[in-house]
Amino acid sequence: MTRKIIDEIGFGRTLTRLAHEILERNKGAGNIAIIGIRTRGEYLAKRIADIIFSIEKKEIKIGLLDITLYRDDLKEIQYQPLLKGTEIDFDLNKKDIILIDDVLFTGRTVRAALDELTDLGRPASIQLAVLIDRGHRELPIRADFVGKNLPTSLDEEVKVLMKEIDPEDSVVLKSLKEGGN
Amino acid sequence: MALQNRHLLGLEGVSKEEIKLILDTATTFREVLERPIKKVPTLQGKTIVNLFFESSTRTRISFELAERRLSADVVNFSADMSSLKKGETLKDTARNIEAMKIDMVVMRHASPGAALFLSRVIDSVIINAGDGGHEHPTQALLDLYSIQEKHKRIDGLKICIVGDISHSRVALSNIYGLKTMGAEVAVCGPATLIPSEIEKHGIGIFNKIDDAIAWADVLNVLRIQLERQDRSYFPSLREYRKYFAVTKERIERAEKQITIMHPGPINRDVELSADVADGKHSIILQQVLNGVAVRMAVLYLLGTRS
Repeated sequence: MTRKIIDEIGFGRTLTRLAHEILERNKGAGNIAIIGIRTRGEYLAKRIADIIFSIEKKEIKIGLLDITLYRDDLKEIQYQPLLKGTEIDFDLNKKDIILIDDVLFTGRTVRAALDELTDLGRPASIQLAVLIDRGHRELPIRADFVGKNLPTSLDEEVKVLMKEIDPEDSVVLKSLKEGGN
Repeated sequence: MALQNRHLLGLEGVSKEEIKLILDTATTFREVLERPIKKVPTLQGKTIVNLFFESSTRTRISFELAERRLSADVVNFSADMSSLKKGETLKDTARNIEAMKIDMVVMRHASPGAALFLSRVIDSVIINAGDGGHEHPTQALLDLYSIQEKHKRIDGLKICIVGDISHSRVALSNIYGLKTMGAEVAVCGPATLIPSEIEKHGIGIFNKIDDAIAWADVLNVLRIQLERQDRSYFPSLREYRKYFAVTKERIERAEKQITIMHPGPINRDVELSADVADGKHSIILQQVLNGVAVRMAVLYLLGTRS
């Protein structure tokens, strides 16, 4: 069974709120840079940077993080993930980094991202923004900015769809249990 | 997508998709090599043995750097300190090393087929770092990467391999890889150093270096192996230089853009004149940097393959 949690209008509003919260917490866009975790974090980062530009008229640096090389489960996963590469062409040192991902789940992706960022430089701070927090953390990690808290069970799957690569902007919850309703 | 074979023994039979996967993966590692901390934790806990039965500085250092930058544990083993001198067979040496719980073996050996043999007698993942005059797949892969980086493509390019083709594992691996990627390939050198029936690979042969320069987009100049000169494949170095050396005059005479490559170590002013080796056409030092990235890609793809 599939249930739509956020539709296209809600999606846009959520991102706008996240952008405002980021600006409020950081007292403007002055020292921030946004880094999206591939794949969908990349598009979220670009969208939020666009919204921040429309509010503050200030271009924000965007970077992309591929955390594959830092995963702790490379030996266990069935298929070999394709490396897409990290692209950060600015200096992280002393910047306030907004790390963006679509769904916060076990926290292991964020752990990998933090390790990678630490190898790349020494930012003034790293803040985590996610579109969906679905719970079930396995590590002591929490988000600074959350689009929507979505309590889920482990046999559900949260899918974030984005127009850049999907048919529409939305968030759907899918039950993986056979015959569930 | 993953590599078909769990070993890398050669480029013969490796598909275009697989080579493309390795080259794309290497691009990611090129970025890692530009970082302040040039190291990722990907192969943490894996132990890799560099088993070099033939002397090699460059390839061994390149592999060792690639292994360390992926956080693997590295053990080096070279022939001059080995028990081979005490009469142990390759099989026994390898089995003894494997008994110490290792995951991958990078091997250089003087006998063609040594890497294949090793893959049949032990369970570890084997990477061939040169087996006699047979194959040297990671060198060819870094050559492919360097060509693609410079020309933005490989398909349709004309590449001529110059020098001692007969004794060259670099030449054979390059021929397999380049043909698979859709390049036009030719060789050029003294008739005594070109194997008979090489044209069976679907490649051209030039007897004159000026013709090769006029034809090619890329010249991959191989080292003249002075240590083999006791067999007199050509009358003298002076004569080789006169007929086959790639020099500034020859390149200028052709009046064209051409890329110069060399797997190293160079005999300056024998196969390649110093001004060309250091000149604007040369991508020799790029090849060295790309070598580390390409070897990281191969180690990553084989080391994390499920």
